[in-house]
Amino acid sequence: MNTETLMEDQNKLLHEVTQRDYRFGFVTDIETDTIIKGLNEEVIRIISAKKDEPEFMLEFRLKAYRRWLTMKMPEWAQLKIPEIDYQEIIFYAAPSQQAKYESLNEVDPELLRTFEKLGIPLEEQKMLSGVAVDAVIDSVSVKTTFKETLAERGIIFCSFSEAVKHHPDLIQKYLGMAVPYNDNYFAALNSAVFSDGSFVYIPKGTKCPMELSTYFRINAQNTGQFERTLIIADDDSYVSYLEGCTAPMRDENQLHAAVVEIIALDRAEVKYSTVQNWYPGDKNGKGGIFNFVTKRGVCKGISSKIRWNQVETGSAITWKYPSCILMGDNSVAEFNSVALTNNFQQADTGTKMIHIGKNTKSTIVSKGISAGHSSNSYRGLVRVSPKAENARNYSQCDSLLLGDTCGAHTFPYIEVANSSSIVEHEATTSKIGEDQIFYCNQRGISTEDAIGMIVNGYAREVINKLPMEFAVEAQKLLQISLEGSVG
Amino acid sequence: MAEVIDKITAVQRISDIYEANLSKISSGLPDYVNNSRRSALAAFRRMGIPGFKNENYKYTDLTRLFDNENFRRAFKTDEFDVDLKDVFSCDVPEFDTHLILVVNGWYDEKNNPNASHPEGIIIKSFQKAVVENRDLVEKYYGKIAKAEADPLTALNTAFAQDGLFIYIPDNTHISKPLQLINILRSEDDLYVTQRNLIIAGKNSQAKIMFCDHTLLPQNFIVNNITEFEIEEDAVIDIYSIQNQHNKTANLIGLYIRQQQNSHLVTNAVSLHGGIIRNNLNVLLDGEHAEAKICGLALSDKNQHVDNYTFIEHAKPNCQSDQLYKNILDDSSTGGFTGRIHVAPHAVKTQAYQRNNNVLLTNAAKMNTKPQLVIDNDDVKCSHGATVGRINEEALFYLQSRGINEKEARLMLMFAFAHEVLAEIKVDKLRDVIDKLVNKRLRGEVSKCHSCALDCIR
Repeated sequence: MNTETLMEDQNKLLHEVTQRDYRFGFVTDIETDTIIKGLNEEVIRIISAKKDEPEFMLEFRLKAYRRWLTMKMPEWAQLKIPEIDYQEIIFYAAPSQQAKYESLNEVDPELLRTFEKLGIPLEEQKMLSGVAVDAVIDSVSVKTTFKETLAERGIIFCSFSEAVKHHPDLIQKYLGMAVPYNDNYFAALNSAVFSDGSFVYIPKGTKCPMELSTYFRINAQNTGQFERTLIIADDDSYVSYLEGCTAPMRDENQLHAAVVEIIALDRAEVKYSTVQNWYPGDKNGKGGIFNFVTKRGVCKGISSKIRWNQVETGSAITWKYPSCILMGDNSVAEFNSVALTNNFQQADTGTKMIHIGKNTKSTIVSKGISAGHSSNSYRGLVRVSPKAENARNYSQCDSLLLGDTCGAHTFPYIEVANSSSIVEHEATTSKIGEDQIFYCNQRGISTEDAIGMIVNGYAREVINKLPMEFAVEAQKLLQISLEGSVG
Repeated sequence: MAEVIDKITAVQRISDIYEANLSKISSGLPDYVNNSRRSALAAFRRMGIPGFKNENYKYTDLTRLFDNENFRRAFKTDEFDVDLKDVFSCDVPEFDTHLILVVNGWYDEKNNPNASHPEGIIIKSFQKAVVENRDLVEKYYGKIAKAEADPLTALNTAFAQDGLFIYIPDNTHISKPLQLINILRSEDDLYVTQRNLIIAGKNSQAKIMFCDHTLLPQNFIVNNITEFEIEEDAVIDIYSIQNQHNKTANLIGLYIRQQQNSHLVTNAVSLHGGIIRNNLNVLLDGEHAEAKICGLALSDKNQHVDNYTFIEHAKPNCQSDQLYKNILDDSSTGGFTGRIHVAPHAVKTQAYQRNNNVLLTNAAKMNTKPQLVIDNDDVKCSHGATVGRINEEALFYLQSRGINEKEARLMLMFAFAHEVLAEIKVDKLRDVIDKLVNKRLRGEVSKCHSCALDCIR
């Protein structure tokens, strides 16, 4: 696909999405196996027992739960979060037909239709697109594809519970390495109650031949989605991981507190791309997902590299800071983000770059777009420890405001304790220039199209970093719902 | 409470001091000042001692400072047997100022003969002004320095007794700068509360200098809050020079409200001081108000300098521009928090902010937190922050021209610092501060030639 058609596609897409309501609002009617709502040690024991987990997992969960009880909900974010009653949440929901499927025919047709509506390339499509999908519906991995192809190369790509069963040594070694059980309020909550997630292990010297992909979807009513992803890239390996999220339309707010951990060993490279499109609530700010996610990568080995790419368009409230700890010398980290908020959405998102090793480099590019009555904040930390000789960071945070009722905020934190390092940060806030729109109008482009074009150009720097296979998928999902906010 | 608390917390101790001395603190002051004390103390109790848990004090933890119980508080002015004018002389050649002395937070009547002040302008103690100029003070006292928002302001409001009151009438232009000298002088460790109120009338013009000095080597904590009202069309320059010894904690809160078409320049130069915390709050409350806000901090040893600014664009068409620089040596730490808030209807706002820092050693640490909070789309706002070192290429260039490395480094540092000093509009003053900064960078004692003050020990 050449760039011209890609841009055309993007334009078409932008236009499309500005014109429509939330497309993925439907409830799949599958029997789900849920437990009583509420949270206590008993619930955690039930979750652990249902998943047939070894003792160390239960220990981990209980330790996290006990710690969570002593913690308080963080209040520092530029967010107005309604009180969450944890006793009203069902902490575990899995599709009840848990039999292992050999072929697609055995899969609940309702479920397949859900995937179809989502446009997930399961089976034929995925063969063409070369995407291996580990689809997570309400926390239990239903079908993992391409497993055999990957297994040939020694790559492990499976659900978290399977990994606990078959690779307990790896789990025990790496679980909680990037995000300890006591890291923060939501990470502790996740560590206590997480139901499932994805696990990836790339062996030494292996380049993963395809993009690994997972879909998260919140389905059953009143269930929080607590999944946990762990990616381990051994020496000299490479993997690109894609994550897409949608949730059906619901009036109540739903809680989603996930944890993603990435470990990159010597010279390994991990690329993690997200398109987040949870239900953002309706035009009056009713309903929507609370997306409180802890994502962190550790560049543990020398010359390792971790790259976070994210397109955030959904969720009523987003609280998310994909971070990198640059431990290995010469390691490199990147964070590229587009965050769009409309109506009454709130987003407080950004990154943390912790430089510990020598000659470490990090780059942050963040593009915020706010419209309607939304509030969009960038919050990022760059820390250079005393031993991080010649560390280098460059951050650029731009905010685009559409309309005079929205807010765009920037809160960078820069902490430098090494004199040979160079840290730069710049941020601008602006609106779309009237002259730019006038120029487009003059050439016969409607204002709506012009804004689409300008927003597209503005976000392009980041969108271009998304993997090609994902780009088509991502573009369908990229819901830049600017409807009614411009004109 | 399951655990037994055997140590009285600093917050409790301060509350106890307040209760025990309430009658002394309140004596001679009218109800409108005293009535705000109780709620201010409650606000302080709620927020606690400023520390890293308070987002605004993330990089300045004062809990250890306040844990020290040895500080004396004076609830009436100490007697001084010397004429401070003899001890102190700010000898800036041909730099003539109206001197105002404040000692340990108390306006010193004896050393401030009223006759020398320019015509029409009122300069007196806060204690007197609250009674004698009630109409003015009541209108403005506690209006912009809100006790609920900041623990140090709350503490000050609860304990406020004296300080300085200045009123510059409408259309008054004062050509000679007003030089306010805050002196700390005590035989034992002292906690100082100072409350100032300054009102610049419509279309007035003045330049005001704050000089903070210590006379004796004791430990000091200074809790100084100033409310500054700038009326329409007024043009005000505020320069502050902080030059105290390293056992001083200088906690300054300056609240400024600007009306229509007013113009403000502030420039804070921090040379010496153990812990320096400058809270600068500027409320642009009238259209077309402009503010230029600068700061320079040179720190070494274990010094800690933290500049906090909060620029509130409440009305359309205002402009603000901030420039803050730090040079950090030895194991000093620096902090900068700059927040710009543009209110929903403050259209056509222009707000800029820049923070550049140079670290000279690996033990030095700089924390910077520039922030933009924008609630409106018709704005031009940007901020930039850098932390780095002396440019090696520039250093090489100078060396290749026969300048030795040490001198070349000093030249580059001085050039870096001078960008902030260049904003000082009083030529003579700029020259003096230039010299002080130059000396400071060379590690020499940075005081004026013939000043009797021995600031550095």
